[in-house]
Amino acid sequence: MNDVMLESLFFGVLVSCVTYELGGWLRKKTKISLINPLLFSIIAVIAVLLACNIDYDTYYNGAKYLSYLLTPATVCLAVPLYQQVELLKKNVVAILAGILSGALTSVTCVLVLAMIFHFSHDQYVTLLPKSITTAIGMGVSEELGGFVTITVAVIIITVILGNIIAEYVCKLFHITDPIAKGIGIGSASHAIGTAKAMEMGEIEGAMSSLSIAVSGIITVVLAAVYAGLY
Amino acid sequence: MKYLRQFMIILLVSFVGELLKYAIPLPVPASIYGLVILFILLETGVLKLDAVKDTAIFLIEIMPLMFIPAGVGLIESWGDLSSMLVEVTVITVVSTVLVMGVSGKVTELVLKHSARKKGETKDE
Repeated sequence: MNDVMLESLFFGVLVSCVTYELGGWLRKKTKISLINPLLFSIIAVIAVLLACNIDYDTYYNGAKYLSYLLTPATVCLAVPLYQQVELLKKNVVAILAGILSGALTSVTCVLVLAMIFHFSHDQYVTLLPKSITTAIGMGVSEELGGFVTITVAVIIITVILGNIIAEYVCKLFHITDPIAKGIGIGSASHAIGTAKAMEMGEIEGAMSSLSIAVSGIITVVLAAVYAGLY
Repeated sequence: MKYLRQFMIILLVSFVGELLKYAIPLPVPASIYGLVILFILLETGVLKLDAVKDTAIFLIEIMPLMFIPAGVGLIESWGDLSSMLVEVTVITVVSTVLVMGVSGKVTELVLKHSARKKGETKDE
């Protein structure tokens, strides 16, 4: 099996796309918000690799072309940022204060808990960028010397969790303003949380996607500072 | 040709981002330099939105797919993760709830505060 697959450049991308589509279809069909296409796809691909005894390297040989697009796609986040620049300018102080406090809460939380759990420096910097968009989080983790695959896993778990708990957290903290909801959800669970925010309303969605980029940029700086603290 | 040209511009910005990452000794990914460059180009009007829009929206839409290979890479690093599974779970749950609550609440409080200020100046 490995011999044929080793030759194939398309197996990796194909199995990724098919399982992602399947996850989206299942979510629609069952209406269970717990089914996340991304999480479903990752688990399904792992299952396929294990069942067919295919090496990760063999899969990655083709699938790396998906990862290749991450940098250009992140650059493209400038487009929604530009489109929402008017709403940002109007409420700039509140939005920046919200995103900054969110980013600070995130890195401080990781710092305190890492100390409690007696983490190594490598484990600590692995979790530092956990609340920002995966593309930036991967880059930060790599730059600081963390385990990139674990960073990605933790980011994905964070995002799915954020998607599920968004409405409850807004109720718990009595957050009613649509801009505030969007900033909170975007700061905590970016891309996939933004999908949730879009469901809640247009302003929520717009603010959430805005905070993906801004929170990412702020955390790049904060993570570099916090990496030296422990 | 439209998509090729748009993709070319996005790749060019990404490449300049890589050059900046090489030149500037900070732990900032090339993608962030690229994001800032593209935003400045759009905001200053050097680049029209239509010059990148369709391809950009497509790339953002399929972005989740790009994380699958890294996620599947977990089978390679499972050993490292399983040793800290409980800690990772605690940190994830605690920080996600706190970050969402705090940043949302702070935004709301500042919004209300500035709205009240505007109201007061109107009264005067």
